[in-house]
Amino acid sequence: MSFIGRSAKALFLKELVSGMALTLKYFTKPKVTLNYPYEKGPLSPRFRGEHALRRYPNGEERCIACKLCEAICPAQAITIEAEPRADGSRRTTRYDIDMVKCIYCGYCEEACPVDAIVEGPNFEYAAETREELLYDKAKLLTNGDRWETEIADRLRADAPYR
Amino acid sequence: MVEAWNSWIWPTVWIVIKILVIVVPILLSVAYLTLAERKVIGAMQLRKGPNIVGPFGLFQPLADGAKLFLKEMIIPSGANPGVFILAPCVTFALALIAWAVIPFGEGLVLADINVGILYLFAVSSLGVYGILMAGWASNSRYAFLGALRSAAQMVSYEVSMGFVIITVLLCVGSLNLSAIVEAQRGMWFVFPLFPMAVIFFISTLAETNRHPFDLPEAEAELVAGYNVEYSGMAFALFFLGEYANMILMSGMTTVLFLGGWLPPLDIEPLNWIPGPIWFAAKIAFCLFIFIWVRATFPRYRYDQLMRLGWKVFLPLSLFAVAVVAGALLAFGWLPTPVAG
Amino acid sequence: MIVEALAFYMFAFIAVAAGVLVISSKNPVHSVLFLILAFFNAAGLFVLMGAEFLAMILVVVYVGAVAVLFMFVVMMLDINFTQMRSGFLQYLPLGALIGLILLAEMVVVAGGWQSISAGAQMAKAVAPIAEGTTNTHALGGLIYTHNVYLFQAAGMILLVAMIGAIVLTHRRRDGVKKQRIADQNARGTDTVETRKVEVGKGI
Repeated sequence: MSFIGRSAKALFLKELVSGMALTLKYFTKPKVTLNYPYEKGPLSPRFRGEHALRRYPNGEERCIACKLCEAICPAQAITIEAEPRADGSRRTTRYDIDMVKCIYCGYCEEACPVDAIVEGPNFEYAAETREELLYDKAKLLTNGDRWETEIADRLRADAPYR
Repeated sequence: MVEAWNSWIWPTVWIVIKILVIVVPILLSVAYLTLAERKVIGAMQLRKGPNIVGPFGLFQPLADGAKLFLKEMIIPSGANPGVFILAPCVTFALALIAWAVIPFGEGLVLADINVGILYLFAVSSLGVYGILMAGWASNSRYAFLGALRSAAQMVSYEVSMGFVIITVLLCVGSLNLSAIVEAQRGMWFVFPLFPMAVIFFISTLAETNRHPFDLPEAEAELVAGYNVEYSGMAFALFFLGEYANMILMSGMTTVLFLGGWLPPLDIEPLNWIPGPIWFAAKIAFCLFIFIWVRATFPRYRYDQLMRLGWKVFLPLSLFAVAVVAGALLAFGWLPTPVAG
Repeated sequence: MIVEALAFYMFAFIAVAAGVLVISSKNPVHSVLFLILAFFNAAGLFVLMGAEFLAMILVVVYVGAVAVLFMFVVMMLDINFTQMRSGFLQYLPLGALIGLILLAEMVVVAGGWQSISAGAQMAKAVAPIAEGTTNTHALGGLIYTHNVYLFQAAGMILLVAMIGAIVLTHRRRDGVKKQRIADQNARGTDTVETRKVEVGKGI
């Protein structure tokens, strides 16, 4: 480029002006912000969020206390104790997940032979104390009851790829 | 008693009322300038900006203010307490006293002094003390480095600002701000003196420590520069002072180059709008450019900043003084000295 | 009238007090801050005398620039000032003597000016100020029209002094790498070649 052209460019602040024109263009463009608590982005059916223990449609809990999830859990966040129930079936008496330890790898979900433990779509369960994040069986079952429709949909959507 | 009321008390009360009428809107505009800044920068970055507190986030400044007001003010144990507290007060007070000479409309000025522009220049050059005192009294390396940078920067850019002001004064023939505005009745100085206006505006960016010259704050290197150690109300005073200074500098640009309270064209629908509204609109325009520049440019390196001030702006503005003076003399456009 | 008197005594008192504090305060930065206070009050006194231009120039030049540089230097200095002050009392008699001599001389000058009745007349003769002229115009007329050659001479002397200072302190060093911004900006796209590199192959 010629010396004159370059000097003119520098003198008239050509580059600065073009930069400012660009920001002004973006100033009027539609915004991409998701207004988060009121709007939410799409979640994949495989999204691994808060854990839940599911039940069969007749209300019987799915978990058979095989302890595969406990065994596979890389963070050793799951603790299970089991005893035969009065009707002779094998059920857990204790199913705790330490959500502070959990690394949300989803192995428990993969290991479960009866689709009992799943990681649901919920990611908004921040708590004010640490204790609230030590989930027990009752809490996990409640989660399962609350999120059952969504969880079932997600499993159905993901089934063809498994 | 009546005489004392007439000659002493009433004028005092009246001037206090006038000061309040100026200061309260300024503080309000400072508060909403912060919101406008966040909104505009947000929009330029395809974000929405604050929109939760109140409709369109309109109560956000109040929430921020309340937060700062309720926070504890910490004086570091190594600090020099007197100077440490004095520094934000100085910054804030200086940002406000300058408004005494700004003409908001025809005759709408608190003190119509003859050396108005010098007064403004003096007050803006004093702004550096608040920062220097804060940096030194904090007894912290970051704060000290920020203060040194800021002081050097403000002193450097004041020189070119002074020369730009001189070119305007040559065209006016008076140091009175109202006279400067009146001289622009035919044409705003931004048109004949456009390069000067650009230099002046860039210098005001440096003078107010704004992007792209915000090296005193440079959060990446200096955490927050001179105000690292400040919290609560002391920090709020710095913040208010800084933004009030931005408005003041916009006001100065408006008075010097954009014709103050005058409408763009002296024709029917435009001159129905009262002067103060034109003045406010022009200040708002300048402030928008301040924010626009911040959203656009990255920060200067310090040696480049000094180079720009001393090796580019100073020769250019000095040259312009000669050119303008020569042109005025050659074409006989020199303003007749106002006897007053 | 009484307000002016009160303002005068306020400015004068603060100026003198600040002046005393400049030399008596332990912390050098405080000294500079008091110096600034003294400048300010001097500016206030100028305003009271109707010399508002001088007042503003005092603030712009001394407070806005000179004192900033003072402050700069003083803040950066790492000197034990208490140690430096240790000989204060020792030099006090000599300092007091010099101060007294200066005071006496000033009294003589002021008294002489007062006693010569022509003094006031002479002041007017040097700088005749027309009624209704602002002191900015008066000063401008005096410096740039009446005494323009002296002013230019003073300017030349300052310029020579400045160049001299630069010449004396500037030394050319070898091996210094400077950024040449003009050259950098002048560099076009011809110095850089962009190539499409295929995956798995070098250039």
